[in-house]
Amino acid sequence: MTTHVLRRLGGMLLTLAVSSALIFGAMYAAPGDPVSFLVGDPENVTPERIAAVRAEYHLDQPLLVQYWLWLGGAVTGDLGTSFQYNAAVSDLILTRLPTTVSLVAYAAVLFTVLGIALGALSAVRRGRRTDAAVTAGTTLAASVPSFVLAIALISLFGVRLGWFPVTGLGEGFLSRVHHLTLPAIALATGALAIISRVTRQTMVEQFDLEHVAASRASGIAERHVVRRHVLRNSLGPVVTMCGLVTASMLSGTVVIESAFGLSGIGALLVDAINNLDFPVVQAVLLCMVVAYMGVTTLIDLVHPLLDPRVRIEGNRV
Amino acid sequence: MTAQTPTSAVTANTTRAGARGSGGVVLWTSAGFLVTVVLAAVFAPLVAPADPNAIDFGDIWAPPGADHWLGTDQMGRDLLSRVVHGARESLLGPLLLLLLASVLGVAMGTLAAWRRGWVDVLLARVTDVMYAFPGLLFVVLVIAVFGSGMTTAVVALGLAFTPIIAKFTRSVALAECAKPYIDAYRVQGVSGLVICLRYLIPNMAPALLGYLVVLFGEGLMSLATLSFLGFGAQPPSSEWGLMVQEGQSALIQGVLWPALVPGAAIALVVVAFNIVGVRVADRLNSRR
Repeated sequence: MTTHVLRRLGGMLLTLAVSSALIFGAMYAAPGDPVSFLVGDPENVTPERIAAVRAEYHLDQPLLVQYWLWLGGAVTGDLGTSFQYNAAVSDLILTRLPTTVSLVAYAAVLFTVLGIALGALSAVRRGRRTDAAVTAGTTLAASVPSFVLAIALISLFGVRLGWFPVTGLGEGFLSRVHHLTLPAIALATGALAIISRVTRQTMVEQFDLEHVAASRASGIAERHVVRRHVLRNSLGPVVTMCGLVTASMLSGTVVIESAFGLSGIGALLVDAINNLDFPVVQAVLLCMVVAYMGVTTLIDLVHPLLDPRVRIEGNRV
Repeated sequence: MTAQTPTSAVTANTTRAGARGSGGVVLWTSAGFLVTVVLAAVFAPLVAPADPNAIDFGDIWAPPGADHWLGTDQMGRDLLSRVVHGARESLLGPLLLLLLASVLGVAMGTLAAWRRGWVDVLLARVTDVMYAFPGLLFVVLVIAVFGSGMTTAVVALGLAFTPIIAKFTRSVALAECAKPYIDAYRVQGVSGLVICLRYLIPNMAPALLGYLVVLFGEGLMSLATLSFLGFGAQPPSSEWGLMVQEGQSALIQGVLWPALVPGAAIALVVVAFNIVGVRVADRLNSRR
């Protein structure tokens, strides 16, 4: 068990090291000298100013030293200074973090609840019309790109019916939920198909097992069999999948935040790319990769704790 | 690409179950629709009723009507003509990126399965690093470095799709290499390169082709998303993702057509491609 944990953590650190080097190094593959973005106003460019900027951003150091300084800073929370806003990148990210986190959390609640409900419904009605309808519906929904769905939701519920506000965040909890409803739906829809399919699949497998037949034979009501035995036993893979999908949603926020004009981290990334704000691009990408890798590794490590069957099989091997 | 990978797997498996039961009507409607779209794209100048770039500020945001069947955008350009012309770029982009990804991916995957050892390990490591970037973030990184534009977006997406195709090719090639005919050629002294190029890859082609059709919808979706974010096609192009982005500003003023028309075009083509792609993959696989 300990070797497994250590190996998994080591693998994660190695992948993180390589991807952070990629994120950092990529910026220096860019055509043009970063210095030309930093000096700002081309009117008063003096050699002294260029030298000062180079020193401030360590551009005069070898690439490996720059990477080391950048990584060391990132670990201690110093992500550099934004060229565009002339503010600490960590502050920019921290002020926008709540928007992104609440959006992802809202979407996660939506697709978890709806996905498991739909999956359970089609597992109970497997092979019948409801099953086919749920499968076709969720697959269809997953085929629509999230930004197209966002536009359609804004058009219908925001503009035509006027049920939901189309921009901004709102004050207070209820207003925020109201403002984030359409973005969360647009973000969650793609994941619905994955979750409902995993739920359906694992539940259908459970239905064929002997313990279900035994429960039925001892006269337990069908709804109890479904809820306490079939669903409960299927939750392991479903919870794992929900975690993985939530982690990958970080990148989905880039599109959704742009479509709905929310000022979260995803929108910050798009804005930074369009303004050649390198430190912000690097920092946001690094944060997203770290968060994604962290969550996926965590799920991998926690999974055996949640599901004793995995633990026992793991020990046997 | 990780966000995409599970989605495509789901699409593949679930529609397969659905399509079998619902019969051929949906399949043939989708195929017919795709053929129409491709023909419209090829003969765009003949099909489109007007010049897609003809600006008329006297007639902006016109609703659908006799003059403009699908209305006009914020510069008074005919939306139907723009969507028809935009089909060229919107379909050619995914085609090119898949071409790039499949040349690189098939080469990498075949090599990994054939040589095993360090080549295989290298492929696994490269895939790991690519998968560390959720969704389109790897592509976003490349675009941040080399600037926005259709060429950058296509090449970046091609690179992002490469490990996915390589992984798939590797698994197919491993199964194929275990078959006796490969050993038979080897015993006859045929060189490894010749076996791979003349026998191994042609024999894998049906499985790969089916997979590529399924990936096409994914490619179209990703490319349109990049254009929507402003990273792909640039104005005055009428690429569909870009059209949605340009139409977005009109939504607040209650003008829905400029964003909804290209949005519907993307959604319909992707859905149709998924339905047809899954069936083609099914057919080709069962023939093996």
